[in-house]
Amino acid sequence: MTSITVTDAATAARPETSRLTRSRVRWAWVFLTPLLIVMALVAGWPLGRTIYFSFTDARLSDMSNYGFVGLDNFYYLLIDDQWWRSVFNTVTFSVISVALETVLGMVVALIINANMPGRGLLRAAVLVPWAIPTVVSAKMWDWMFNDQFGVINHGLESLGLISAGIAWTADPTTAMGAMIMVDVWKTTPFMALLILAGLQLLPGEIYEAAHVDGASPITVFFKITLPLVMPAIMVAVIFRLLDALRIFDLMYVMTGTARETMSMSIYARQQLVEFSDVGFGSAASTLLFLIIALITVAYIVFGRVNLSGGK
Amino acid sequence: MADVTLRKVRKAFGDLEIIRGVDLEVKDREFVVFVGPSGCGKSTLLRLIAGLEDITSGELWIDGELVNDLPPAKRGIAMVFQSYALYPHMTVYENMAFGLRLAKMPQAEIEQRVKKAAQILQMDHLLQRKPAEMSGGQRQRVAIGRAIVRDPKVFLFDEPLSNLDAALRVAMRIELANLHNDLNATMIYVTHDQVEAMTLADKIVVLQAGEVEQIGSPLELYHHPQNIFVAGFIGSPKMNFVDTVVRKVEAAGITVDLPSGGTARIPVEPGPARVGDKVTLGIRPEHMLEGGSPEAQITGEVMVVERLGGHTFLYIKVGRDLVVTVQAGGESDAGIGDTISIGLPVGEAHLFDQNGHAFRRTQAPAIASRRKESFVRREAEYSARTH
Ligand SMILES: Nc1ncnc2c1ncn2[C@@H]1O[C@H](COP(=O)(O)OP(=O)(O)O)[C@@H](O)[C@H]1O
Ligand SMILES: [Mg+2]
Repeated sequence: MTSITVTDAATAARPETSRLTRSRVRWAWVFLTPLLIVMALVAGWPLGRTIYFSFTDARLSDMSNYGFVGLDNFYYLLIDDQWWRSVFNTVTFSVISVALETVLGMVVALIINANMPGRGLLRAAVLVPWAIPTVVSAKMWDWMFNDQFGVINHGLESLGLISAGIAWTADPTTAMGAMIMVDVWKTTPFMALLILAGLQLLPGEIYEAAHVDGASPITVFFKITLPLVMPAIMVAVIFRLLDALRIFDLMYVMTGTARETMSMSIYARQQLVEFSDVGFGSAASTLLFLIIALITVAYIVFGRVNLSGGK
Repeated sequence: MADVTLRKVRKAFGDLEIIRGVDLEVKDREFVVFVGPSGCGKSTLLRLIAGLEDITSGELWIDGELVNDLPPAKRGIAMVFQSYALYPHMTVYENMAFGLRLAKMPQAEIEQRVKKAAQILQMDHLLQRKPAEMSGGQRQRVAIGRAIVRDPKVFLFDEPLSNLDAALRVAMRIELANLHNDLNATMIYVTHDQVEAMTLADKIVVLQAGEVEQIGSPLELYHHPQNIFVAGFIGSPKMNFVDTVVRKVEAAGITVDLPSGGTARIPVEPGPARVGDKVTLGIRPEHMLEGGSPEAQITGEVMVVERLGGHTFLYIKVGRDLVVTVQAGGESDAGIGDTISIGLPVGEAHLFDQNGHAFRRTQAPAIASRRKESFVRREAEYSARTH
């Protein structure tokens, strides 16, 4: 009896939320809760722990004894040249490889989107590099880049372009280029598919209208196709950028912990695992997280990306 | 000054021939409508004229120039698409200016043309909007505006009104007719809607399966359909067809059996018809007389009654498997199950031979040969200029 009276009073006080709306809201929470719990466990908890440890001097050998050191870890991190070199490496790698992947992905998407026989086969074939696990393709390319047995040196030598084998991945001047090449080879298909999805949403009749308007293929591309797939490209780029900024596996397999080509993730892992310095490694991870977050937010704001779809 | 001539135009996609030899003359400033059932090749024929598809064989002349191998932009045409095909990322102004900019027209002239087109179509206030911010009718106007600014020799429309609701469709139909008068342009218009065809056209081209069935003015097609297909396609509801047999052939007409007994003499030129030939009698619902007539009549049972206020449609079962549609008056009190007599004014009837070809009617009303007033005026102007 009482509870009914209370409900009625509430309804009278806020007539805009009907019983149906409240029931919908309640069910929304019921469905969301399991996901929120899982997210908190697998993402929130580790992240929180990492941030927490970044203020301590914890060591991998004895994780139960540690003291708080305030911002010391961050201070030493910010004055470490190697850290800044790995930041530079990561950003260079990400910007160049994502830029190349976007351009090549666009080209591949345009080719697949053109009405031609056998495009289903092409679409499947293009996906192969993407389907191979990164460690496998990194190892495969590592062999192809090998200075003595590698097929790439062999090819260049037989063409007479070089006289002696180049140690592509060992030489810091070529290693970054080699890794960018492998990353482009591997993830261009991903870009191509995301852009292709955007291209296939474009209505065919506007191309006929442009034809009647007298637009050349190049004009059509720059004035019609590109502006219209731009939203899809922006979203594809952000996916790839997030991915590239935390690059680990490819570099770890191809150049290990070589100082010249180390990425931020490799730096953090080296501090935390190899040097057993959990506190310092956590600080590096936290900063890595902040840098990625910052770049992403800047990209979304300045690129005016709309992640919720539509225009 | 733009006439369009098609000579034996054919179009095949692979082995499938979609347009099977079309001959057509479109005069300067004429409003020609292609009409036919869905899939008959209307759009394909229009796209051949536009240059969006290659002509497989035959000749296409626009304004005295053979244009088979010219790209669309060089043919002096403008096209309005069924789905409007506006550029979604451009404003109305940019949509209309796009083609002009590509043609390297001076900025001032572009602006002047766009403003003028916007005035004609009463959409000055929409120029800075994007297509997504407009209603279907407004988008359709923009699409038409984009055609107008090109100042084309020939306007091509592919079912431009079919995405609009019924009321807007009627309004736009009238606007298009006015636009045609104002612009004095040649227009070719595709539709599957025979009301649009009848109301807009100077000349209707009825297509079926890639072939021209008949070309003529709207009333010519209505009163003198050359075959059963055109007779059934033009007019709504559809003409009633009754299979019957020739009983007597005279100079004054052909006498045939009626389904519920008796005979009727249909006033047509008898041609080679002979007694005993199988023929088809055609009569439009609006010509049938509820309550019978002394000339000839048929009797049947009312199956369905549709009251539309102004008039009533009666579906009447005659004999075993013939159902005829009758357009009766709004006050008709016929009820389902009633047995009634329907008068059949022989002067309004059509007769088709076994192959579906019409016998020429001899008592069709004079209006059948009357042309649209606006068309007659334009034709006079045309011949004055060419002589
Ligand atoms: N590009 C094409 N390739 C193959 N067949 C086509 C193509 N375009 C149209 N057709 C076929 O041509 C026929 C006529 O099409 P269309 O001209 O669009 O008909 P309508 O406009 O009269 O409805 C259809 O059967 C259609 O399937
Ligand atoms: Mg069509």
